[in-house]
Amino acid sequence: MTEKLELIICLVLYFVIGGKILLKAGRNIIHGEIFDENFLMVVATIGAFFVGEYDEAVMVMVLYRIGEFLQNKAIGKSRRQISALMDIRPDFANRITKADNGEESEEKLDPEDLSIGDIIIIRPGERIPVDCEIIEGESRIDAAALTGEAHPVSVSAGAEIYSGSINMDGLLRAKVLKPAEESTACRILELVEEAADNKAQAENFITRFAKIYTPVICGLALLVGVVPPLFVGGWHDWIYKALEFLIISCPCALVISIPLAFFAGIGGASSKGILIKGGNYLEALSKAKIIAMDKTGTITRGVFKVVAVHPSDCDEAKLLELATLAESFSNHPIARSLAEAYGDKPDKSRVSEFREIAGKGVLAKVDGKHVAAGNRKIMEMVGCDYHDCDHIGTRVHVALGGHYMGHVIISDEVKEDSKSAVERLKASGLEVLMLTGDKQDTAEAVANQLGIEEFEAELMPEGKLDIVEKKMETLGKKEKLAVVGDGINDAPVLARADVGIAMGGMGSAAAVEAADIVLMNDRPSDIALAVRHAQRIMKIIYEDIGISLGIKVVVIIAALLGYSPMWLAVFADVGVCMIAILNSMRGLKVK
Amino acid sequence: MKKSYKVTGIDCPNCAAKLEEKLRKVEGVEKLTLNFLTERMTLEAADDKFAQVLENVVKIQKEHEPDWEIFVK
Repeated sequence: MTEKLELIICLVLYFVIGGKILLKAGRNIIHGEIFDENFLMVVATIGAFFVGEYDEAVMVMVLYRIGEFLQNKAIGKSRRQISALMDIRPDFANRITKADNGEESEEKLDPEDLSIGDIIIIRPGERIPVDCEIIEGESRIDAAALTGEAHPVSVSAGAEIYSGSINMDGLLRAKVLKPAEESTACRILELVEEAADNKAQAENFITRFAKIYTPVICGLALLVGVVPPLFVGGWHDWIYKALEFLIISCPCALVISIPLAFFAGIGGASSKGILIKGGNYLEALSKAKIIAMDKTGTITRGVFKVVAVHPSDCDEAKLLELATLAESFSNHPIARSLAEAYGDKPDKSRVSEFREIAGKGVLAKVDGKHVAAGNRKIMEMVGCDYHDCDHIGTRVHVALGGHYMGHVIISDEVKEDSKSAVERLKASGLEVLMLTGDKQDTAEAVANQLGIEEFEAELMPEGKLDIVEKKMETLGKKEKLAVVGDGINDAPVLARADVGIAMGGMGSAAAVEAADIVLMNDRPSDIALAVRHAQRIMKIIYEDIGISLGIKVVVIIAALLGYSPMWLAVFADVGVCMIAILNSMRGLKVK
Repeated sequence: MKKSYKVTGIDCPNCAAKLEEKLRKVEGVEKLTLNFLTERMTLEAADDKFAQVLENVVKIQKEHEPDWEIFVK
């Protein structure tokens, strides 16, 4: 009698607690999906009723529901954390319209309803709704949401500002340059959201794994429940063990935690201005063995600057002034860098009889005296003795009235953090290779300065492609090659490499298109950061797999030997899943 | 045309993957992704048939996962 009462109480509790699971399992069977975790739980608990373990059946269902609840909490929290990182979508815009009588009125509207050419007002504290150009006002812009960089930038009329960043102090009036969906914030969001669709091998493996895993475990459970008792008897014990098998075997832990780790990794990286277009690229980057970097614009600023003034027969200011004035009518980049170093606007009225000699330099009269400025060929042409120096860069020799005055050296500057980036990449186990179209000696100097042992200079774009392809052939199956470029000139190599990384993605649609990974900041150290992050995410994923399968195998063995109560089996399912989820969420942090 | 919708109630990634597979087979669907983590469904279909395709997609979803909801604006 007491046993019957117990059965009735347990059955009532069971249906109250587990009814939803039964329904789900039933629905899935109707739709032809037999093997899922609901089914496993139902079979295991109904089996428990049949072997007389009523209270166990109820407890397992209770634990499973609690586990499910906690799991959903954890997933919800993960989702919120990740979406908070990506909270860059502008909510509204203030459009100014001019009535026929010239009176202006303002209306608040969805950024999607703006058209190119509309005039908008952005108040302090507001998010820039679309990519636009300032026509009036001054302010500072905080682009931290886009770049992860907390350095406000001062802007004024004429500056282009990007949607998603925040206007800090001043009232701005701006002209819409791009519709909302083509603006920076939307492009980034779309890219990160779609990233989850580019699945990594590890993710695809888990999906395939889960498909065959559940039926296999069900088969094994059947074997465990039927075969041993045929020979040694003890049906009750063996069926109990088989049921534990079913509970332990649920693949949730892997199925949830691995995509979550990739997603957290991509979300975390995006908050630092590193956009990764998919788990597959994150995985490939973690396996990168060789990283080929473009020189100009990637390692160096790509802007030519006067780096040294070496006068022979006057002071530095005089030499720079002569060179600048002589070149003042030229449109050559060298002339621009000279003018920039000179500071003042060169007084062109002091210059006459200007002549540009292609491939050599310029001839002009400054204050009525003959001046020649340019490379050694122009010195030879005017018959002036000159001397060279071992400073790296382009030399501008200056002669005044046939007398040598000295030279100015113009060079592309290496970015401040290029050296530490190379060091960190090497420390992460990568081979760094520099590719450039620049001259051998310039390339060599930069390579030496940064500690890059391998470089190829004087390359045409096809040459870069050739080298990348040859290098890729030398790599093992699991080793990858990454290329870093500016995303504009390097599009073919970026596309060909296993992973293409473009620098300076802010505002450059071409760079975002061409690459697999886009660095919003123009900072080489972000390359090292991205590589380290990718390696760390993959480590988290292997930990997830190791922890989940490890605990499961141990509990399965304990169950077979009869040492595991059913609650431990439930822990091996939902408990492990929780652990794996928490572990995956560590991927949000970029260290 | 390509549009993206908020989906709520997705409680397991495996179910999302299974439903995604089913929804992709709906006639007229050119591309469809159902993302468990972002809770979004992206649908690509021909402009003129889009409304019909979307309706069928929602119908199939309701049959398989009645607890989920696709927010069709």
